[in-house]
Amino acid sequence: MLLRHTPKEITERSALTINPAKTCQPIGAMYAALGINRCLPHSHGSQGCCAYHRSALTRHYKEPVMASTSSFTEGASVFGGQANLIQAIDTIFTVYDPDVIAVHTTCLSETIGDDIPQIARKAEAEGKIPKGKFVIHANTPSYVGSHVTGFANMTKAMVNYFSASNGKRSEQINIIPGYVEPADMEEIRRIAGQLGIRTVIFPDTSNVLNRPQTGKFEMYPKGGVTVRALVSTGDSKATVALGSTASWPAARALDVKCNVHCELLELPIGLTATDSFIDTLRTVAGVSVPDSINIERGRLLDIITDMHQYFYHKKVGLVGDPDQLVSLTEFLVSIDMWPIHIVTGSPGKAFDTKIREITREIPHPVNIKAGGDMFLFHQWIKNDPVDLMMGNTYLKYIARDEDIPFIRCGFPILDRIGHSYFPTVGYMGGIRLLEKILDALLDRKDRDSPEESFELVM
Amino acid sequence: MAAMIDRRAALEDGAIDPNVVKKQLIAAYPTKVARKRAKQIVINKEGEVPEIAANTRAIPGIITQRGCAYAGCKGVVLGPTRDFVNLTHGPIGCGFYSWLTRRNQTRPPTAEDPNFMTYCFSTDLQDENIVFGGEKKLRAAIQEAYDIFKPKAISVFSTCPVGLIGDDVHNVAKEMKEKLGINVFAFSCEGYKGVSQSAGHHIANNGIFKHVVGLDDTAPKEGKFRVNMLGEYNIGGDAFEIDRVLEKCGITPVATFSGNSTYDQFARAHTADLNAIMCHRSINYVAEMMEKKFGIPWIKINFIGAKSAAKSLRKIAKYFDDQELTDRVEEVIAEEMVEVEKVQAEIRKRCEGKLAMLFVGGSRAHHYQDLFAEMGMKTISAGYEFAHRDDYEGRKVLPGIKIDADSRNIEELEVHPDPDRYRPRKSAEQIEELAAKGFFFKDYEGMMAQMAEGTLVIDDISQYETERMIEIYKPAIFCAGIKEKYAIQKKGIPMKQLHSYDTGGPYAGFKGAVNFYEEIDRMVNSKVWSYLKAPWQTNPELAATYACQ
Repeated sequence: MLLRHTPKEITERSALTINPAKTCQPIGAMYAALGINRCLPHSHGSQGCCAYHRSALTRHYKEPVMASTSSFTEGASVFGGQANLIQAIDTIFTVYDPDVIAVHTTCLSETIGDDIPQIARKAEAEGKIPKGKFVIHANTPSYVGSHVTGFANMTKAMVNYFSASNGKRSEQINIIPGYVEPADMEEIRRIAGQLGIRTVIFPDTSNVLNRPQTGKFEMYPKGGVTVRALVSTGDSKATVALGSTASWPAARALDVKCNVHCELLELPIGLTATDSFIDTLRTVAGVSVPDSINIERGRLLDIITDMHQYFYHKKVGLVGDPDQLVSLTEFLVSIDMWPIHIVTGSPGKAFDTKIREITREIPHPVNIKAGGDMFLFHQWIKNDPVDLMMGNTYLKYIARDEDIPFIRCGFPILDRIGHSYFPTVGYMGGIRLLEKILDALLDRKDRDSPEESFELVM
Repeated sequence: MAAMIDRRAALEDGAIDPNVVKKQLIAAYPTKVARKRAKQIVINKEGEVPEIAANTRAIPGIITQRGCAYAGCKGVVLGPTRDFVNLTHGPIGCGFYSWLTRRNQTRPPTAEDPNFMTYCFSTDLQDENIVFGGEKKLRAAIQEAYDIFKPKAISVFSTCPVGLIGDDVHNVAKEMKEKLGINVFAFSCEGYKGVSQSAGHHIANNGIFKHVVGLDDTAPKEGKFRVNMLGEYNIGGDAFEIDRVLEKCGITPVATFSGNSTYDQFARAHTADLNAIMCHRSINYVAEMMEKKFGIPWIKINFIGAKSAAKSLRKIAKYFDDQELTDRVEEVIAEEMVEVEKVQAEIRKRCEGKLAMLFVGGSRAHHYQDLFAEMGMKTISAGYEFAHRDDYEGRKVLPGIKIDADSRNIEELEVHPDPDRYRPRKSAEQIEELAAKGFFFKDYEGMMAQMAEGTLVIDDISQYETERMIEIYKPAIFCAGIKEKYAIQKKGIPMKQLHSYDTGGPYAGFKGAVNFYEEIDRMVNSKVWSYLKAPWQTNPELAATYACQ
């Protein structure tokens, strides 16, 4: 047994986290910064963080992930990292020539209290920032929240530094897609395109973290939201923010700064969340929904009606990030599945309330924990087994020990591909999720059926 | 522009002039940075090894591949031990990223034996712990870990903020050790210590030596020729293959530092008669301290490459000076080499003469050159992330190495012979006798002595330098880590990870050599590299003509 030391009996833990269901802020900020065109993320801390974050993102995407670091030494850790950051800015612009350096911090620089804007101003005064180039920043203390918080903070920084209003409203709609995959961002753009809406999506990692093999390495690939587009978000007609944890801080900042009306929605995963995404887009943009979208919706519905018997009342365990889990839980409930163990590592009271509301009609006890870990999740599974688990790659250890069908979703997925190329948002994403769920459940049925009831047609 | 200079250099000499390459590499940097990098990029000379600057701080913003002291201590040296609860004291990231990401395999003898490899333990510090201190939480976490897991030992690893907020982890560990009656000890391996993973190795060596090595005098296993394997972390099963070969020869492995290791192995390591070092960088400290305290000599060996493995086995046999062992070693080598030579002959047809570059940690950039040589491939450039000058130039330069301000705070333990247990394994006469036969202890001669004239040795290579080197030399294969992998492959160059082995391995020993030959053959001769251009991209004009007609 891979997790042979996990006891069935649950004891209260106040201090020890075992097998976390989250990681720390800066990686989320690094991911968000990669969604800016010609941007180099910069980690202001000791270099280990940067190496870890780049490695984790690389293992997840199987793509180059570029970022620089201030490489703190013990001296800088005691006396401050100003000299390190200024030297970094100089080296970066000289050697790597990005348009934007997006600085995030770590527990090190946050604990010592480095003032990034002050250091950036000093670098500018010393002529280290070429004309037309930018240094932006977000404070991302690792001891607050999770990687999703870091994503939210860097996305908000894009608004703080770039969004501007020239007083004239445009027809453009801002979409903050949340902490989702490049394929999801691409799908969101496709949906908006079908509705005929002009959008700015930020951040946007499509064509950055799912780029083609061409025989050339480009430090700054084609994808990413441009600085010009970010500036224009201040004049957009409205902002649609997807996922409250990842996207709300930026949307609210944009409303405060440039008075851009904001609609906050759940991530468009599954039927009803996609419905409200499209309905909201239609309303704020004043357009009608084309038939192509109705067809996609109908296809998703069709699969649910066709295969409902296999989903019905199947118990599911979920681990992941809060925004994804809220929509995913709602989707599973809408197809009559029973999500009964739901853990996110990210702290937050709202999560519990939302999930409790979504699952209130399930006639079975439902375990919910924000700020929980996979060790607790595993113990829940031991006490009340499920038919299916969904979550990141670390779940595979539980899946093997407990012999439970398992679908990879969320972050990080280290042992399979697909997540960067195929969306889980929108109706098409819903179809893909259903396919994955059915594959997992039906493969298991095939494996476990006695020979006489091994079915040809399912 | 850069491309033009390359071609000129190549034309004038019939080969690429490394001096021109070096100039190109540093020309892109700001003046001060260029001056520093110039000392870390060295053109190798045969016969007289030039001096290289190493183990100095990384340049901010240069895109180094280095990690931190925590990674070196927890991630590398002690992470692979399967029956410790390795508790990270810090915010969640450090523990999370070092959770199962290094492929240190473990195989407990029974399903009941402890194995915590699949777990990540953390105090997950929150902002209030940063403000009011984390000692209370650490104490509680140790207690909870003990209550749930009842481990033999709990080790605590400090991360960046721990040192800054002043948590006394050593005192908490001591307190809990007394309270729980198991061994609890802590490491001050804050990420900012030193300049790289290397500081963490040293801190780990000190800690394991101080707190565990020598605690148990009962040597449990009978067995002749008792050897510790130091600096072997069992990536992809390397240590299993090495143990297989050792045992086949009749050599008894006592402890491995620290692939598939256990608490008891460390506690009894001092009962061995020889320390054999694989990774010099990470573990030479323990070897030195064990020699001083217990009288166990150490030798450098290398099981990467079939010839190197054979050479290492003979070296061990020579040390024990036993005819039966010597004969058995020769038998085993002959037996193992049959398959090795068969595969070697086959793949040489396709790999001979191809160029390799290796930029890996603190040891493999050297060891793997042997494997490439066995395949008929040439190492045109190599370097370490965090090795010291002795790993490059050989231990003879040790007296001349100055410890700079950034590494001065790494503790140097003072070790004396143990009054009861110090037992020199070889007498002064025996050592002299061995030396006369060309057998030397502590004899690591470094990477550069083995490399060809004109090859480029680059310490702490940057992303920029990596890209230029590839453009200039167009190697058949580039070896490094996960962060480099996909940028290099995007350039159309096969990239082999020599940290994780890309899920492959083992690559050590004889079976490992065969695995490696086959893997490199697959990579450098893969069809995929011929498809980078679509048919319409290679000849667009022609297609346009057809369309017009």
